[in-house]
Amino acid sequence: MRGTTSYKPMGARIRFWVIAIVILAIYYWAFQGMHFEGIQATTKSVSLSILDGFLHPDWAYVYIPEGEDLLRGLLDTLIISILGTFVSAFLCIPFAFWASTNMSKRIAVSGSGKAVLSFIRVFPEIIVAILFIKAVGPGAFAGVLALGIHSIGMLAKLYSETIESIDSGPQEALIASGANRLQVLRYAVLPQVIPQFLSYSLYRFEINIRSATTLGLVGAGGIGTPLIFALQVRNWNRVGVILLGIVVLIILTDLISGWLRKRII
Amino acid sequence: MIQFNNVSKTYPNGTIGLRNINLTIEEGELVVIVGSSGAGKSTLLRSINRLHDITDGEIQVDGKSITRANDRELRRMRRDIGMIFQSFNLIKRNTVLNNVLSGRVAYHSTLRTMFGMFPREDIELSLHALERVNIREKAYIRADQLSGGQQQRVSIARALAQEAKIILADEPVASLDPLTTRQVMDDLQRINQDMKITTIINLHFIDLAREYATRIIGLRAGEVVFDGPPEEATDEVFAEIYGRSIRHDEMLGGEV
Amino acid sequence: MKPVTPASGKKSPPDMQLTTQRYKRIATWLLIVIVLVLCSIQTKVTPYQLIVGLPQMGSLLQEMIPPDWSYVPTIWGPMLETIQIAIVGTTLGGIIAVPVALLCAYNIMPNKLVSIPMRIVLNLVRTVPDLLFASIFVAIFGIGPFAGMLALVFFSFGIIAKLTFEAIEAIDPGPLEAMTAVGASRMQVIIFGVVPQALPYFISYFLYTFEVNIRAASVLGLVGAGGIGLLLDRSLGLFRYDRASMIILLTLVIVLVIDYGSTRIRRKLL
Repeated sequence: MRGTTSYKPMGARIRFWVIAIVILAIYYWAFQGMHFEGIQATTKSVSLSILDGFLHPDWAYVYIPEGEDLLRGLLDTLIISILGTFVSAFLCIPFAFWASTNMSKRIAVSGSGKAVLSFIRVFPEIIVAILFIKAVGPGAFAGVLALGIHSIGMLAKLYSETIESIDSGPQEALIASGANRLQVLRYAVLPQVIPQFLSYSLYRFEINIRSATTLGLVGAGGIGTPLIFALQVRNWNRVGVILLGIVVLIILTDLISGWLRKRII
Repeated sequence: MIQFNNVSKTYPNGTIGLRNINLTIEEGELVVIVGSSGAGKSTLLRSINRLHDITDGEIQVDGKSITRANDRELRRMRRDIGMIFQSFNLIKRNTVLNNVLSGRVAYHSTLRTMFGMFPREDIELSLHALERVNIREKAYIRADQLSGGQQQRVSIARALAQEAKIILADEPVASLDPLTTRQVMDDLQRINQDMKITTIINLHFIDLAREYATRIIGLRAGEVVFDGPPEEATDEVFAEIYGRSIRHDEMLGGEV
Repeated sequence: MKPVTPASGKKSPPDMQLTTQRYKRIATWLLIVIVLVLCSIQTKVTPYQLIVGLPQMGSLLQEMIPPDWSYVPTIWGPMLETIQIAIVGTTLGGIIAVPVALLCAYNIMPNKLVSIPMRIVLNLVRTVPDLLFASIFVAIFGIGPFAGMLALVFFSFGIIAKLTFEAIEAIDPGPLEAMTAVGASRMQVIIFGVVPQALPYFISYFLYTFEVNIRAASVLGLVGAGGIGLLLDRSLGLFRYDRASMIILLTLVIVLVIDYGSTRIRRKLL
């Protein structure tokens, strides 16, 4: 490239236009793929019946003594996310220490740990759920496993950042008093990181409860299962009440978890 | 008794930390190590409990070589050496009592300590240690709610609960104000006198060194350039240790 | 007061505190265990199931390896469609998010009668998961990428608007005050004071949401909203696990490539 420095404004301008054209081309291509067939004849009537369904939720579905009602579905969803969060909160601890730069002498150790965690994070959790459904059959168990495994990726990353930020003073004090490695971990590292661990787990729980509502759409238990049935038969009144239930559940758990997180830190 | 035999330390990057140190510190002494920053005070102190490894020579604590001890022996020897740090090194979120109790972990099996179940005698011992530094009533308060001076006393109590025979204090008052500095130094002195615990303190305040020490060791560029009773440590001696005249910030001020 | 354990006969007043502390800790652990046991009874999720399920997982993995490489030409089209859905969905969602974020930020819209209802709407939108949006739009607009795109519009709108309004509230008020002082209108303050400060954040959040959306778009097909998910559903239904693993593999590659590019741009921005 001859005379790059003297023609810098020119170069910058060319760069700008190249980027602009590339972006425009990408958008042109992307919008092409949407196949919008215009407003269909059915769209209006379907929208109206959906609106009608949402305005008149199927209140009778909230509680049915024989079972399979909204409350039990929501309870299952809640439980799946509690168990899933619990599983990952423990499983991710070894991963977190593995990925923390201040817990191992060689950078290769923590580097490989970080790589494994990124790999786990890349998997969409619905895909994890589908794989577990195929392996252990549909139901809450697959949902718990999916959340438990998928959450490791994010939780262990957050945990390891906490571990990396701790004060090394107490460790030094414990070593100086003759404690062994495990004792140093128990008395100098854990007390510093546990509150933050709990806080992050609660945060992940808030995410998990959102995921748990959709896991059922692919058959992994919880409220998503009756929802997908109601959607398939276009029972909009029921869809409405289920959506309402989900929104209420998520808002409530967010409030409780947010309050707990404030108390912990 | 602590013995340094031809101790030298060279850092991996070639910097010399300690240069051929030969010292004998008798039981019950209150030794203050002085010197400008980078003179090797901290390295000397930390080589005693092998928080820093030395590259040459040998250090013996009560006749046993700590430099040649294996991991198990080393932990056993460290158990008898309490340490006090400039930044206290407490677990801020834990209660004062739990912080003091953490000095006891080396006395118990790993399994037992994992559950945090300390025997009743340990708790009595810790409360007693807190009493010695006059903060027993704070036992159940979180450490971060105490003032700096109180936190340093907690770490002294930790060393006491450890039933240490030697206390190493690395700049114990550097982050405290003048008033609490004296209280903490008084505590250290009292413990040294009452319990005959050998105490080695790094200080950068010259007047404090003269006031509290039974023996002053001056370090300069990793070498011992002065070793004697405080009466002999005149201003001229200090000027030589520091390689220049004494600055205002090296005096704590107040009553001497 | 006598110590609870007979180990020592010494009188020690703080013992009460110590024992209540210990009881509290035991009670907390008991509570956690009870909740977990109740949870696992209710949903019949037990470690036993895990032991039974492990060999099945192993055989599933066996069937997935090796992936069916000959399937790549078939899935290439839907894979591109997935990317298209993510691009359009993120873009439209991002565009809608801008005015909403401005209206939500207290420092731009001091009138709480506007900002608080806006925030409530935003929070409501954020509670609805992407697949739910997709299911509903599939019912309205029929099976295809358009429904998926709409789902992502709402989904990304929620994320981008939330993050952006928080960034707007955190900007340096100095330049805004200076401009107001020299008589700039609110629109001018926004364009010359807020936008330059908030734009890097906005673009960064936009790209982040795009990363999230690529993952989301790859599973939208499971409910009929276009993209690669449809084929994944089909191959799983036909027990063609070698094809399913090929789809997952390709998805991972695409996600990784896009994550890498996007992260690099974001690093440059902030």
